[in-house]
Amino acid sequence: MIKFNIKLLVLSFLLLISLRPLQSAEMVDPIKVNWSFKGLTGTFDRASLQRGFQVYKEVCASCHSMQYLSYRNLGEPGGPEFSEQEVKAIAASFEIDDGPDSQGEMFTRPGKPSDKFKSPYPNVQAAIAANGGAYPPDMSVLVKARKGGANYIYSVLVGYEDPPPGVTLDDGVYYNKYMSGNKIKMPNNLMDGLVEYADGTESTVDQMAKDVTTFLAWAAEPELEERHRTGVKVIIYLVLLTTLVYLSMKKIWSRVNTEV
Amino acid sequence: MSEHEYVPKSKAGKWFNDRLPLLTLGAHLTDYPTPKNLNYWWTFGGILTFCLITQIVTGIVLAMHYVAHADLAFASVEHIMRDVNYGWLIRYIHSNGASMFFLAVYIHIFRSLFYGSYKSPREVIWIIGLMIYLLMMAAAFMGYVLPWGQMSFWGATVITNLFSAIPLVGDSITTWLWGAYSVDNPTLNRFFSLHYLIPFLILGLVVLHIWALHVPGNNNPVGIDIKKPSKDTVPFHPYITIKDAFALLVFMIIFAGFVFFTPNVLGHSDNYIPANPLVTPAHIVPEWYLLPFYAILRSVPDKLGGVILMFSAIFILFVLPWLDTSKVRSAVFRPIYRQFFWILVIDVLMLGYVGAMPAEGIYLVLARVGTIYYFLHFIVVMPVVGYLEKTDPIPMSISEPVLTGGAEPSLARKVNDKV
Repeated sequence: MIKFNIKLLVLSFLLLISLRPLQSAEMVDPIKVNWSFKGLTGTFDRASLQRGFQVYKEVCASCHSMQYLSYRNLGEPGGPEFSEQEVKAIAASFEIDDGPDSQGEMFTRPGKPSDKFKSPYPNVQAAIAANGGAYPPDMSVLVKARKGGANYIYSVLVGYEDPPPGVTLDDGVYYNKYMSGNKIKMPNNLMDGLVEYADGTESTVDQMAKDVTTFLAWAAEPELEERHRTGVKVIIYLVLLTTLVYLSMKKIWSRVNTEV
Repeated sequence: MSEHEYVPKSKAGKWFNDRLPLLTLGAHLTDYPTPKNLNYWWTFGGILTFCLITQIVTGIVLAMHYVAHADLAFASVEHIMRDVNYGWLIRYIHSNGASMFFLAVYIHIFRSLFYGSYKSPREVIWIIGLMIYLLMMAAAFMGYVLPWGQMSFWGATVITNLFSAIPLVGDSITTWLWGAYSVDNPTLNRFFSLHYLIPFLILGLVVLHIWALHVPGNNNPVGIDIKKPSKDTVPFHPYITIKDAFALLVFMIIFAGFVFFTPNVLGHSDNYIPANPLVTPAHIVPEWYLLPFYAILRSVPDKLGGVILMFSAIFILFVLPWLDTSKVRSAVFRPIYRQFFWILVIDVLMLGYVGAMPAEGIYLVLARVGTIYYFLHFIVVMPVVGYLEKTDPIPMSISEPVLTGGAEPSLARKVNDKV
């Protein structure tokens, strides 16, 4: 009887799974990348995070804000881990609006590590107006905010193509294989050799896309490394405790003639 | 309630117990005679208590850092995730905890359905349980609104709009619920207030649920009453406490797996996009645990009809003890009902699946078939099967199958068949 029920369950699940492809016939699945931060013990590639920050700063930051990050985060464990001096220098390279001072005047000053990342536009409306009606999304949690996560972001960055015949695009709209609807207002900003990496890595489009995606994955989940480390410890602890409790349970229940 | 009078050993204990018999209550709880043949499906009561406490404790800490304001809520959640010490851990426990809570409650409810725990004399336990379940859904729905992401906002819009289907006063009620002319800051504020209140209401109902349980005592896998307490039962402590602890720890391993390794897999990625009243997401879907009801709602072309059917799907469970005509509690001895039970499980899983899909084409057909079957199960199958079914022979007592064939009730039945 139980076997029959399991068969029924398996059959119905197979039916459900076979229906799945109907859902997303037009969308192209994002490229699967073997990220270093995948898996139970995944960690970020420190050098890639530092390069990714450079790509963000020199390419993306002119349109995309990252308002939930502070410059100090760049030096914290589990992230790009820039040195204290480097973080101070990075922060100081930005002019931050502050005030009012004791005279009631607003002023600008060099950034400090405790400042949030400076946004390229004063507000959302200004960002929309400057980008042909499309808001360049804040990138603080972008990797978590897109189905497919890091794979999707990377795929969009390398997914620019000439539109297939029959597809006409308006001015300021580009064709992208992986973007939903295939139309994107962000131009293809990456070209080989665009940034000069401090560590001498060759800046191919693929390399830059991977580095900046890694950086964005960290930005969205800065706790990832600590989370993975703590998780492994917690699971080991729970498994040990479960074993002990299981043995105690067997011992206690051996007093009555009932199996547990 | 107590079989033998409890007398505290110390003088101070006796003095206190005469004035407030807390020690008597404690003694009752530890000695509580529990059927010794309970299987692991019976450990979910303890697991659910753990889930409730976990949600309350993590929720109280989150509320210390969260800001219930339309302009600040999303940023305050990011503040929790980035700047609060272990804020990411507390929030992930809370958000995944909601899912684990529902996973456990669904197992708990289906266990009751399989073993007939809702039947006489346990109808009141069942009804209180359903009230807890209703409040859980309300709390979870409002909690999902608090991060003020796209799914928060649009989920709230869809669900509150259901009330506008009520004839004549619908629109006024919806406006009253919102505190505005759309889902807005006043809505977020009141949802936060209610989200903080409801868990304590649930806690009160849990006390009543356990109280009502301790009057007739536990049902058990063979579904028969206790004949000889000395032979058929064990004291709650240490036998059931240690067994519940073991099951809870296994549950916690799964829970930890979600929290530490895939904390966002049960959520929707759109909820990491700040709420925007001007941009509607392509597909608005509730959290997974509400999907079967969402499928029922959308299977009806008429809005009011859909709302009525969705609420009926829950309220029909309240009269379940009187729809089931079978004298036998446990499905172990009900060969026909047992098949229908599994069909219902598959039906609800299928409704959950189509609830996540767009309401069109094959999904709409499946949703309609699933909805019709769901109601048929309770309105037709349960009364008719209970009336016509020839049940298998039932053991004389709980101890009997244990002595003759081991704890597995199906084995016990086979042994019984031969006799």
